[in-house]
Amino acid sequence: MAISQEDVKRVALLARLQLSPAEIERMTSQLSAIVGYVDQLSQLDTEGVEPMAHAVPLANVFAEDVVQPSLPRDEALATAPKHDEECYLVPPVLG
Amino acid sequence: MSLLHHSAVDLLQLLSRREVAAVQLVEACLDQIGRHDGEVRAFLRVDREPALKQAALIDAKRDRGEPVGALAGLPVAVKDLLCDRDQRCTCASRILETFQPPYDATVVARLKAADAVLIGRTNMDEFAMGGSGENSAFGATRNPWDFSRIPGGSSSGAAACVAAAMAPLSIGSDTGGSIRQPAGLCGVTGLKPTYGRVSRFGLVAFASSLDQLGPLAGSAADAALLLEVMAGHDPRDATSIDAPVPRFAELVRQPLSGLRLGVVREHFGAGLDREVAAAMEAAIEVYCSLGATVRDVEMPHARYGIATYYIIAPSEASSNLARYDGAHYGYRTDEAAMLAELAAEQKAAQAAGNNQALGDIDSPLVRMYRRTRAEGFGPEVKRRIMLGTYALSAGYYDAYYLKALKVRRLIANDYAAAFAKCDLIIGPVAPTPAFKIGEKSDDPLAMYLVDLYTVGANLAGIPGISIPCGRSHAGLPIGLQLQGPALAEEKLLRAAHMFQQATDWHKMKALVQ
Repeated sequence: MAISQEDVKRVALLARLQLSPAEIERMTSQLSAIVGYVDQLSQLDTEGVEPMAHAVPLANVFAEDVVQPSLPRDEALATAPKHDEECYLVPPVLG
Repeated sequence: MSLLHHSAVDLLQLLSRREVAAVQLVEACLDQIGRHDGEVRAFLRVDREPALKQAALIDAKRDRGEPVGALAGLPVAVKDLLCDRDQRCTCASRILETFQPPYDATVVARLKAADAVLIGRTNMDEFAMGGSGENSAFGATRNPWDFSRIPGGSSSGAAACVAAAMAPLSIGSDTGGSIRQPAGLCGVTGLKPTYGRVSRFGLVAFASSLDQLGPLAGSAADAALLLEVMAGHDPRDATSIDAPVPRFAELVRQPLSGLRLGVVREHFGAGLDREVAAAMEAAIEVYCSLGATVRDVEMPHARYGIATYYIIAPSEASSNLARYDGAHYGYRTDEAAMLAELAAEQKAAQAAGNNQALGDIDSPLVRMYRRTRAEGFGPEVKRRIMLGTYALSAGYYDAYYLKALKVRRLIANDYAAAFAKCDLIIGPVAPTPAFKIGEKSDDPLAMYLVDLYTVGANLAGIPGISIPCGRSHAGLPIGLQLQGPALAEEKLLRAAHMFQQATDWHKMKALVQ
């Protein structure tokens, strides 16, 4: 299926990526080629096949409900580009 | 004979007999890195002083007759995507260039507990996305056998550093072939364990249902030594398998009798390089001479592996990489420039009286995310995020993602049926020897097709090993892949060791006298 430049712009917003006009053009043709290739899966009859989300059969894994030491807040915040004593700091949410 | 020629198993013996000091061994590796890594670029960071200090501590422990760990004094290189407390962990990405994790990955903690010497951090395709090493934001690694060629990827530095005798052991990760393919193209041994065999805690995630850590080494016996330390259940990774870890280092020496090998005929068809095909036939003959039997097995869905993988892996990646938002880790775009850009767009839209355009302008927060990610990620990472976001977006989820999960089941069923008829599947690890740097850079789809023989094991969660089995006329390594059912690492290692007892391909090192 062909992907349009409008599709690429819409997905770029969903993906939180800013793309230049040149990148949009290149991405449109490259994604079209890749999606065209993966479209071959539509030839396969998968009626009644159980989707396989994980490589090993997973049951719920429970942990004991006890308090364990966790990462101290200051250490977690230290990896952020901008923070105060308690919070991550970001630009205005509403513009 | 220089220390660089010895296997890790031999070095461990020399160390424990006090015939070689850990400091001496680390110095030999550092010298080799100093001589050749300017051109190979296997390392993003060499930890010279900490490694020498750690080696001296281990020598002192031995001097005092204290008990030491299973890898005591052996240099181990670590792919730059495993957290090591307060050390930079970049994933070869601008977006994590300054990131220093506040904790150790389980595998790093296990290496430290085993008294390994962490010698440095190896180069890779950014966020482990790529099959050539060219996607590193900090410069592509070169194949030590021919600097004009790629070493494979994404564990490019991990394979190259072992091939060039810069470290006897290294840790890689494999999401679609990223340990096995570079091991094959660099002429070293690389094992992707069963999904869940090795803890992923502290591994920077690419595609969480496919990622697995594993060893790269000069031989199966050396890989067994390292895997035994890496493997085991970890309560901090809910997907890690709670099964006993065999004594790989010891068991690897036992040959297998009555080994039944399966051959997937489709893997020997069009697209396979003639020299690689000839090396495969020769390797199969070696196994036959060792008492193995060979039969054809059917994998009718194998040819859908790439399409399935390139929906599932980017989908998971687009979700995992959403965390790099300029708020929690590493890089953030210049805020003043970002706000000025928004102001200019608003002014232009107002001047034009275009209310639609005015309404479409991002909020400052969203623009901060978008600019940070645009500046922080390289082209391949952006491409995969876009592809995954598309496949998961409203209206396409059923046609792409859900469809791929169903085909993944069919591929896993093919393996189950094949392993009812054979113990291990034997075949090529890559369709050609190492290609030229830049050869496939403009064609992402051609680059993806290189993963043809390796993605199946990740989709099915089974283990696979790549071992050297020949040379092309140009002197480039050719790799052989063995795949086995879940938790069959022991069998894979024993089968690989048998081959290496009968052949010398694994003994060649690049860039050593």
